[in-house]
Amino acid sequence: MGNHISLLLVVIPLIAAPIVAVLPRGGRLPWLTTLIITFICAFLASSQLWMVLNDGVISYELGGWAPPWGIEYRIDAVNAFVALIVAAIAAITLPYALLSAEKEIPQHQIPLFYSAFLLCLTGLLGITQTGDLFNVFVFLEISSLSSYALISLGRNRQALTSAYQYLIMGTIGATFFLIGVGLIYSQTGTLNMQDLAKLLPQLSQLKTVHTGFAFIMIGIALKLAMYPLHLWLPNAYTYAPSVVTVFLAATATKVAIYIMLRVLFTIFPDDFLLATPTYDIFILSGMAAIIFASIYAIYQSNIKKLLAYSSVAQIGYIALGIGFASSKGVTAALIHLFNHALMKAALFMAVGAIIYRIGSCNMKNIDGLGKQMPWTFGAIVIAGLSLIGVPGTAGFISKWYLVTAALEQQAWISVVVILFGSLLAVIYIGKIIEALYFKPVTDSNQSAQEAPLLLLVPLWVLVCANIYFGLDTSLTVGVAEKAADVLGVVDIGIMNK
Amino acid sequence: MNPETLILAIILLPLFGMFGIISSRNHPNIREAVTLITAALVAILVVRLAIQFMNGNSFAVTIAEPIPGLSIAFKVEALGMLFALVAGLLWLVTSIYSIGYMRSHKEKNQTRFYAAFALAISCTMAVAFSANLFTLFLFYELLTLSTYPLVTHAGTAEARRSGRTYLGILLGTSIGLFLLGILVTWFVAGTLDFQQGGILAGKLDPAWAGLLYALFLFGIGKAAIMPFHRWLPAAMVAPTPVSALLHAVAVVKVGVFTLLKVTIYIFGSDFILSNDITGGLIWVAAATILFASMIAMTKDNLKARLAYSTVSQLSYITLGAMLASKAGLMGASMHIAMHAFAKITLFFAAGAIFVATHKKRVSELDGLGRAMPVTFTAFFIATLSIVGLPPLGGMWSKWYLGLGAVETGQLLLVAVLMLSSLLNIAYLLPIPVRAFFSKPASGSHYTEIAEAPKTMLLAMIITSLTCVILFFYPDPLHQLATLATGGS
Repeated sequence: MGNHISLLLVVIPLIAAPIVAVLPRGGRLPWLTTLIITFICAFLASSQLWMVLNDGVISYELGGWAPPWGIEYRIDAVNAFVALIVAAIAAITLPYALLSAEKEIPQHQIPLFYSAFLLCLTGLLGITQTGDLFNVFVFLEISSLSSYALISLGRNRQALTSAYQYLIMGTIGATFFLIGVGLIYSQTGTLNMQDLAKLLPQLSQLKTVHTGFAFIMIGIALKLAMYPLHLWLPNAYTYAPSVVTVFLAATATKVAIYIMLRVLFTIFPDDFLLATPTYDIFILSGMAAIIFASIYAIYQSNIKKLLAYSSVAQIGYIALGIGFASSKGVTAALIHLFNHALMKAALFMAVGAIIYRIGSCNMKNIDGLGKQMPWTFGAIVIAGLSLIGVPGTAGFISKWYLVTAALEQQAWISVVVILFGSLLAVIYIGKIIEALYFKPVTDSNQSAQEAPLLLLVPLWVLVCANIYFGLDTSLTVGVAEKAADVLGVVDIGIMNK
Repeated sequence: MNPETLILAIILLPLFGMFGIISSRNHPNIREAVTLITAALVAILVVRLAIQFMNGNSFAVTIAEPIPGLSIAFKVEALGMLFALVAGLLWLVTSIYSIGYMRSHKEKNQTRFYAAFALAISCTMAVAFSANLFTLFLFYELLTLSTYPLVTHAGTAEARRSGRTYLGILLGTSIGLFLLGILVTWFVAGTLDFQQGGILAGKLDPAWAGLLYALFLFGIGKAAIMPFHRWLPAAMVAPTPVSALLHAVAVVKVGVFTLLKVTIYIFGSDFILSNDITGGLIWVAAATILFASMIAMTKDNLKARLAYSTVSQLSYITLGAMLASKAGLMGASMHIAMHAFAKITLFFAAGAIFVATHKKRVSELDGLGRAMPVTFTAFFIATLSIVGLPPLGGMWSKWYLGLGAVETGQLLLVAVLMLSSLLNIAYLLPIPVRAFFSKPASGSHYTEIAEAPKTMLLAMIITSLTCVILFFYPDPLHQLATLATGGS
């Protein structure tokens, strides 16, 4: 049983998805089934991480075909960690989904919604499990197609255009990725990541390999909304149903970052990367994201859009960490990957709770709600502080490691940009808090009540996690350091180039 | 109770008090009783801890260690003990005062007020006992956040605007500069523990050390060094008890206290003295002393005048810290206490005047002395202590600060201190003098005005008497300050 876990993580939600789709429409059976599936996945993912940390790498040959001919699922500390993030967030999102989805999604579409949700989970988990580059593309498409469907379920008509926009951009990204994989395959004749890592050092002079690398990079960069390829993200997050936003914001971009790390550090050799401007691009893009996306966030009047732009900025921090080309930097990026999932999921859940009560998340309509919904408000404050990076929260740990990594490289501009980004976060979080708490309650909000318990409990689980992982980092930092180690990140350092 | 639990109890008690306050929100009398009992308990515990500490015991507690080598830990040392003593005792006095003030002023949201107040005290105590820079920074930030609802208490547009300035400057400097300083320290020294003699000596080039010190000096915005002082006058929009305890004692003193800690336990006075690290920066403090005093003279609003006076007085402590000589540090440490008792009296008096007469302006106070003799006598005593005249406690700290300036051969700084004392006289003394000896603007004496409620008077009498007592009996403070500066 033990070594089938990696496969089961993908197969279970995949099989469950069509079953959920045909379950009766009226009741809560689709939800309950999905809930059970996600809990099973979370359990499997955590035992998988535990196994990897104890026994080392798991290699699973699909259908008994030996790699590099067959597809290999290869699990080490990196993807076990990311798989756990995805599965855990799904499990926390599901209890929240029941009421939020009933409120925001037409009843007859609810089984389809859960079905698409499970497919999306399949895709995301699949990407983390597989050790085969083409297989990554397949799962990428599964997750993307299902997320287009999920986003288009939003209440506003804009949801359709945003989903369409995402569809176009996502497809371009996937196509680029596929072209890149094809070019690499034409030179190496293999799709297995380990095999590629062995073959590519001899081929790294080839123009085709360079071209393939560039295509792959741009393809993934589109998927992870790396600045300035982020244009699809704000609308998609804003107009998707709340629960979809919670799930996608915390997982989809994270998985794309994971693939990026794999391609950069496992597949392509270090001297190949040094011959390209890859790291510089990461640093520039990261800094631009932190500054510009944060400034955009300040000027948003829709809270979901504000948080979406903030996500783009936070991805910038991760890009910056990768760009430092050191094990400290990648560790910081991985820590932030985890911590950002916690804080953004919490914030989007809180906003979802507000939408549940007043049907809007516009700055204009939330005046004084903090007094009506104290628990939701408290959650926004704490998760917001975590986003800013106040000590005692998970966000601080991310910032701490990121700045230490920057100091190690003597990248002073990056240090300043990181801290400046925190200040901009103070402004946009402050805007929300001021409207919620310090403006007088409007008449229409007078009757608003605290969100139901089923929304509050998952929300506060995440909020407590934000504090817990700010005080005890043995899981996050421990695993991230191990993961950076497994990726074989060599301290090249931007200074030494 | 063993000393370790004593530390935690002092930090946690106000926190429990806060929950007690919130849960008794519908019964004002019980709520106020909770505040008073908590404050009294904290005061007793702090005194007990101080006695144990003076007997030569030292204690430390570690709570958590988020990052290897970086722990949330508390430790009692002389400077922190001194600060905790001042804050703990004054919280009790302020609580007595606030009840009279808040009730006779019929303020709204009193529960939020008392709850945030208790939280702020908890953070202040935690700062006082921090064993390393990381713990200190954590509670420094929490203190900013917990006092924000107090600053914006009135809920008016002006209060919100001031709140934005408050949060903007304090968070901005702390994240942009202070945190950067901490990170650089961590990067260079590999630790953030407060250690006698400092942790940076020999690990950092003196030229860079000057730059790092500047990061701390400007980054610790709560010390209100110019040009980052604007938040303090802005915070005056808060109810007077807040201005009194938090913006004359707890919050601002956390700023200078942090700077002193950094000077003594991170840089180490020997490292600073032998490399002249603060040579240029000291003039920023000197300039703040003079400019803030001059601005204070132009302010007609009493609380604004007191706020600028605080900015100026805080820079005395900053200056003492940067002198880094034994006498300078001694004067700085003692001034934390001396200024606290004097300035809180002034704010208490300002609040009493406001409650009794609804007058906020200095120019309206002529002739009020006869109607409110206790208030203005207290104001007078505190004024003399601020100026630094005997027989009041303020004299001692100024004495040591002056000595420190002479000791390091900075005669120009001595002149600055002298000039500033004159300025203090010029902007503070006329207030009680004109209240007693000038005629009211209307020509006739006030008959309809009486003193403020008794609890407020009681608080004022306690603090102003303490100013006198500290002149004749500065021993405990002196002892703690000597220990802090590493003397025998």
